[in-house]
Amino acid sequence: MDKPIVDARGLHKHFGALHVLKGVDLRVAERELVFVIGPSGSGKSTLLRCLNRLEEPSSGSVVVDGIDMLDPRTDINHARQRIGMVFQSFNLYPHMTALGNVTLALRKVAGKSRAGAEALGQAALERVGLADRAGHTPGQLSGGQQQRVAIARAIALEPRVMLFDEPTSALDPELVGSVLEVMRSLRESGMTMIVVSHEMGFARNAADRVVFMDEGAIVEQGPPAAIFENPAHERTRAFIGQIQRH
Amino acid sequence: MSGWSSWDRFTDTFFNAKVMLKYLPDILSGMVVTIELALLIVVTGLAAGLALALLRSLAIRPLNWLIILIVDLFRSLPPLVIIVLIYFGLPSVDLSPSGFVSTWLSLAFVLMAFSEEIFWAGITSVAKGQWEAARSTGLSFGQTLMNVVLPQAFRLTIPPLTNRTIAITKGTALGTVVAVTEILGQASSAMSNSYNPSPLMMGAAAYIVLFLPVVVAARWVETRFAWKR
Repeated sequence: MDKPIVDARGLHKHFGALHVLKGVDLRVAERELVFVIGPSGSGKSTLLRCLNRLEEPSSGSVVVDGIDMLDPRTDINHARQRIGMVFQSFNLYPHMTALGNVTLALRKVAGKSRAGAEALGQAALERVGLADRAGHTPGQLSGGQQQRVAIARAIALEPRVMLFDEPTSALDPELVGSVLEVMRSLRESGMTMIVVSHEMGFARNAADRVVFMDEGAIVEQGPPAAIFENPAHERTRAFIGQIQRH
Repeated sequence: MSGWSSWDRFTDTFFNAKVMLKYLPDILSGMVVTIELALLIVVTGLAAGLALALLRSLAIRPLNWLIILIVDLFRSLPPLVIIVLIYFGLPSVDLSPSGFVSTWLSLAFVLMAFSEEIFWAGITSVAKGQWEAARSTGLSFGQTLMNVVLPQAFRLTIPPLTNRTIAITKGTALGTVVAVTEILGQASSAMSNSYNPSPLMMGAAAYIVLFLPVVVAARWVETRFAWKR
């Protein structure tokens, strides 16, 4: 990999006595889709949250699109615009409409005028197939629609990288498809994506690379076919076997 | 006066037209003082309470201990004691606040303390995910607080805040003790001058005229901003 867009090295994270990340290296190339899988508590989400510094790593380095995320001189609010994040529980602002959710950062951080932000926000809602829901509040939308608004909120800022933290785990099964559909079209548009998820079908046909984590470290990684059909490690085999039984 | 019924005696005592007419101007001027006092208390008390809650959200530990100490102190002291302390205590450090100022400051401090706790509870009740989502899009701490957290916190705080505000504002009657000429003060001096409790009834009516609309408006605001998910 000549010039990774995400370059995290030697990441450690302690929560008090708990050692959650034990020296993780993750390099992601531009336009790559990396899937991170592993049992709960393996540190996947913490790894993701260290990349945009929602979580402060205890040690290590994180460089995203050439910006040293852990340098105290880095304008973290500016840097975060380049890293979109989608959460398991959507986290839409309940007091705002879908369009209000999407345009808030455009106006306050990217400095767009209200009209400019609304044009961009409307375009982002269009991309997730919700142009006609712009005036709805989150409470009036289904879970799948809420998550798509959350994706629109992130992509409206034109990030270089998108982080997905279990984006479909809180959804009813019949709503998962619409969110994966949006993720697939994002992928086709060339977005660099790091996805923590258990959607193995999606991983199999969309991911470039699957990273298996356990107990705060990367156990192995490789193309989806290799990890799913022919894992090298016993722990990987056990985990894959478990989730495929369901 | 032997033909008097007990009803006549009752109205003559409590609703004596002559006495009421004579002291109406006093009661009205008392109303003006009460309104001035109440507005000052509400505006400054709520503003100070919100300011303390915002300061507390910065999570600077020694500062937060100080805020909690001040707030707990003013929440546990009876407002009357605070009024008396300010009115009779401050002259010993060469400050001589009037009864009006003493009452205003005391009740504003009490409202500040209670509203700080209410605002703080509202801020902390907003889910952590809201902060994370906003920060992940590049919003600063302050922008997140103003645009995402406070609008949600305010809706949660409206019912307890209106209750507390009304209760403390009625405490303006305590100003009588330090010679503030508000409604109750005017009514009780009129009562002792006329040897008749009718002015007190006028005072009660004045309180109803002033506070009933506030109570009704508060109820309207509560339903208007009730949390819809």
